[in-house]
Amino acid sequence: MSLTTDEGSSPTPPLLFASRRRRLLVGRRGVIASALSSVVILGVIVAVFWLAPGGATVRYFFFNPHLMWQAFVGNPRRGLSSVGWGLVTNLWMFVVSEVLVLIFGLVIAWVRLSQSPVLFPFRVLATMYTDVFRGVPILLVIFMVGFGLPELNIGFLSTQSPAVYGCAALTITYSAYVAEVYRAGVFSVAHGQLLAARSLGLTHTATMRRVILPQAVRTVIPPLLNDLISLQKDTALVSVLGVIEATRAAQIYGSTVFNFSGYTVAAILFLLLTIPMTRFTDHLVARDRTRRLAGV
Amino acid sequence: MEVVLELTDVVKRFGENEVLSGVSLSLHRHEVVCLIGASGSGKSTLLRCANLLETIDAGSISLFGQCLEDERIDPDLVRRHIGMVFQSFNLFPHLSVLDNILIGPVHALKRRKSEARDDALALLDRIGLTDRAHDYPDRLSGGQQQRVAIVRSLAMRPALLLLDEVTSALDPTLVGEVLDLLTDLAHQGTTMLIATHEMNFARDVAKQVVYLDAGVLVEQGTPEEIFTNPQHESTRSFLERVR
Ligand SMILES: Nc1ncnc2c1ncn2[C@@H]1O[C@H](COP(=O)(O)OP(=O)(O)O)[C@@H](O)[C@H]1O
Ligand SMILES: [Mg+2]
Repeated sequence: MSLTTDEGSSPTPPLLFASRRRRLLVGRRGVIASALSSVVILGVIVAVFWLAPGGATVRYFFFNPHLMWQAFVGNPRRGLSSVGWGLVTNLWMFVVSEVLVLIFGLVIAWVRLSQSPVLFPFRVLATMYTDVFRGVPILLVIFMVGFGLPELNIGFLSTQSPAVYGCAALTITYSAYVAEVYRAGVFSVAHGQLLAARSLGLTHTATMRRVILPQAVRTVIPPLLNDLISLQKDTALVSVLGVIEATRAAQIYGSTVFNFSGYTVAAILFLLLTIPMTRFTDHLVARDRTRRLAGV
Repeated sequence: MEVVLELTDVVKRFGENEVLSGVSLSLHRHEVVCLIGASGSGKSTLLRCANLLETIDAGSISLFGQCLEDERIDPDLVRRHIGMVFQSFNLFPHLSVLDNILIGPVHALKRRKSEARDDALALLDRIGLTDRAHDYPDRLSGGQQQRVAIVRSLAMRPALLLLDEVTSALDPTLVGEVLDLLTDLAHQGTTMLIATHEMNFARDVAKQVVYLDAGVLVEQGTPEEIFTNPQHESTRSFLERVR
């Protein structure tokens, strides 16, 4: 075969228009196609829920608007906690643990990346820490901290409220994840940067602080936000210690009035919290991708 | 003249792979030595060993007569006296051109920022890039970036410069400006150890040319001796291939 570009010596130039069938999918018609498919898919989902044999039951037990509102505001006279107020508990537990996780995770990552011989035992401990707490189910950590610490009888450590133990447990587990995210970020910075910084006579610490970390932050933010979204949801697990947060309030409501609409309220409230964060994460990822493609 | 850097029977292995097999070499003050040799012959490794970015397995390296394998040596102090420039520039992308130049003097030498800044601007002026001081490196052409990288090393006022194929990643049209800067530095008496594939440049600036083949120092001499009258068959065939 000859290595030329023009294979055949056809007298007519090739046609560049889309075929009749593909024309539905390209250009302005593509928009119409996507709108149509959205309507159809949404319609199918709603129809399944509406027409299913048990559809009416599900609607009554999960989506009863009156009961949903009642669950949201609660009813102190009947001993029903409000799912809305419960969410406030989730929110402050999240904020407290989030701050602690970001700091503690950085400390652990820093220790694991350190090179000083003095820190050797701490490096081993930090490695064990990340291994153990990424492996143990978070529910068990919550049980151990929440029921174990009070039993130990060591001063103020044993006299905290369940919500505080919950935050401690979340912090312990999530710091292990976040430390690994930070570490991966450090490794994502090109090796040449480290070589250049060290050749200038910068110490290991100065290299980390002035050269590596500022560049690692950029790659770290999306996975970090992912872990925080997950942390936000996992505040619900603290309910096993008897903390009345949103899901626990929904559960109490449900077992009193024999209706699950409170769970739906809790789910919607959690979504309202996490959706802005998931959207923001996606936005950052997209922006970073555009920048990378533009070579900035 | 005073010996700045001296390598004696240096051996470096990566696992089973012996990358430097007993290399001896000395670099005098105000002298330029060029390292030539095929890709993979160990040029980069030799430069990194001199800078303590790699540890050696046998032999010794000394700077100003002090053996670098001595356990009292502080590698960070050693590196402050040795400038290194890389094939891929390795400028810090999150810092402006000026801050790239300032980071060493300010954060390694602990000089006052205002003083260091005057020096940095003078250096930028020397390469004609004063107006780019506040730009980020990715806004500069490859040739400009590499000249900034050279100046970043010079800002440390090092006793010698190690240059690792600093024009190999450049568009051919930009090679000239970088080589011109190096030629300037050579004429002003900067002590340099340069790994390069630019034979004409080596011939012009080098006091000594060293030919490495698979980690062995095969031949060393003046540019005249190496380029016009190589003694070894492998030197001759290498020069044939690059010409
Ligand atoms: N970090 C490393 N680990 C393992 N092998 C390496 C490493 N760096 C270099 N080498 C090997 O050492 C040899 C010499 O490489 P190098 O010094 O980069 O040669 P040159 O700069 O002359 O092209 C090559 O075979 C290379 O594969
Ligand atoms: Mg090389």
